[in-house]
Amino acid sequence: MWEYTDKVQQHFLNPQNVGEIDKPSGTGDVGSLACGDALKLTLKINDADIITEAKFKTFGCASAIASSSVLTEMVVGMSVEEAAKITNEDIANALGGLPKEKMHCSVMGREALEAAIADYRGLILPMAQGEVVCECFGVTDMEVIRAIKESSLRSVEEITNFTKAGGGCGKCEDKLREILRNTVSNISELPVVKIKPKRMTSLQKIKKIEEVLEREIRPGLRKDGGDIELVDVDGDFVIVSLRGACKSCHKSQTTIKEYVEKKLRELVLESLIVEEEN
Amino acid sequence: MTTVCEKVVYMDNNATTRVAPEVIETMMPYLTDAYGNPSSMHTFGGQVGDAVRKSRQKVATLLGAEPEEITFTSCGTESDSSAILSALRTYPEKRHVVTTRVEHPAVKSLCDNLETVTGHKYKITRLKVDSEGMLDMSEYEGALTDDTAIVSVMWANNETGVIFPVEKMARMARQQGVLFHTDAVQAVGKLDINLKELDIDFLSLSGHKLHAPKGVGALYIKRGTLFVPFLTGGHQESGRRGGTENVASIVALGRACELAGEKMAEENGRVKMLRDKLEEGLLANVPKSMLNGHKTHRLPNTVNISFEYVEGEAILLHMNRHGICASSGSACTSGSLEPSHVLRAMGVPFTAAHGSIRFSLSIYNTEEEVDFVVEKMPAIIASLRQMSPFWKG
Repeated sequence: MWEYTDKVQQHFLNPQNVGEIDKPSGTGDVGSLACGDALKLTLKINDADIITEAKFKTFGCASAIASSSVLTEMVVGMSVEEAAKITNEDIANALGGLPKEKMHCSVMGREALEAAIADYRGLILPMAQGEVVCECFGVTDMEVIRAIKESSLRSVEEITNFTKAGGGCGKCEDKLREILRNTVSNISELPVVKIKPKRMTSLQKIKKIEEVLEREIRPGLRKDGGDIELVDVDGDFVIVSLRGACKSCHKSQTTIKEYVEKKLRELVLESLIVEEEN
Repeated sequence: MTTVCEKVVYMDNNATTRVAPEVIETMMPYLTDAYGNPSSMHTFGGQVGDAVRKSRQKVATLLGAEPEEITFTSCGTESDSSAILSALRTYPEKRHVVTTRVEHPAVKSLCDNLETVTGHKYKITRLKVDSEGMLDMSEYEGALTDDTAIVSVMWANNETGVIFPVEKMARMARQQGVLFHTDAVQAVGKLDINLKELDIDFLSLSGHKLHAPKGVGALYIKRGTLFVPFLTGGHQESGRRGGTENVASIVALGRACELAGEKMAEENGRVKMLRDKLEEGLLANVPKSMLNGHKTHRLPNTVNISFEYVEGEAILLHMNRHGICASSGSACTSGSLEPSHVLRAMGVPFTAAHGSIRFSLSIYNTEEEVDFVVEKMPAIIASLRQMSPFWKG
């Protein structure tokens, strides 16, 4: 059983503005019987470009009906320009949220609105011109890219929840993954790829640790009248002993973790753990 | 959901059933005072072992089988997996399984995985069904080969109630030296079954489909059929299924089987009559509605009807307001985006598949309830159609 908000239930059980406007200023017809949901949205727009009336006919589940109903309430009184800015998130939010598997219902609402506005303006929607990626539900790459950008989608599963693409036979999954990768890398820089931990023999490790201690760490400690000695290296555990002023310093633990360990991890091996000799 | 509806018209018995009051009464002592382990040496545990033994006898009686042919499991799915995987382990050189396109996910997913997860080590033949959900026997005959390890065909389909000729199919498999398994979860308690006379090697059943609680099932393994356990462990169930017995539920299953035997005539008489009345009432009072599945080769309690141009989830939620419980084969109710694989295999058009509703009755349903549903449904469908862009009514 789906977890629907009260608002969804209210709009489902008492849908507003059901029907079709006679001689509408714009019509948006999206979805199909095969897909399992479809929406026909008709708008009446006055000379001042204000939407004065909106009606819908929907074939679909409770969230599809509720999305359509709440959309008609939202747009009435808006200018066409304002209405064009409504996103699917706005529709879902107006319903107090939708289950994630049902987000495509809000997307359908937005698509119908866009189509109706394009019809009013006498334009052809760019979305329909893209290349069909998902044959089962007739979703184009343009639609997928847009959903990824607008709703910050980060997985194929999320793309399916929002656009239905990939929800049928699943053959387009690889293509969707590729679109996702390309789109995401265009939006922002990819997170820095972590360098794979190097494999080192114990001898290489000890030599390198000694080198870093001598070059990077000792000079600083010696300035304060202290020193450090390498006691042992056991796997990733590096056992050290602090000398001189460092030995009695109450901050010795901080020195080891924050300074010595950090430097060794940075310059020798990511996985090293530095501990003081008991 | 924490609240329980005041008035519930429960017509979703292929999903699960009400636990019979007689069953609860029988199982209660094994949840309270009689808590011994049936494997124990002392009398306190021994009496519990005795109850398990009696229950095994009752299950066997309903199936026309011997008690030693019955192994208790945790559910129908476990029984299905145990049978099919046992056959594959018994005949490791055989790499072919025959099943149908309309199996329950318990068998369907296992077969899909056998194919894909093993890197196509196994070949699966999925038999087609016609528009009434019936199998083509000549296709089946051609599918059996020397490489076939097991055939797994459900006795009755959970969505449409269509009954498959498993007796005949098992005989054909036996003649080819192929093992035969049937998922009889929907059939047990509704159809007369006499395994002694049949060539069925494995049969799965589930407690909660016949008024026992959830979490208990059984697997029939014909005497002489080789068996490799699915769950290994202790020596319970004669070494065929490890794990301490779910005693209370096993006792419940025995009692439920006993009751099912007694109520079989009512199931095929009064329940069937109610189902027919519901079916006729809905088809007559709702325009553009149609029956899914064969008219007569069908379980006595099941009717699956498509209401064209409307969507199943929306129908169910409206029914829910009246306390009417049923199921739908629509995409939206399953969490997937495609409608039921059973209806698609039958070639039910999309206009109808999305709007399919399954009503499944039990001995607890009344004529008043049927009248209530027939009274409420036309208005529900009409209101949704009035909203549908495809409805030109």
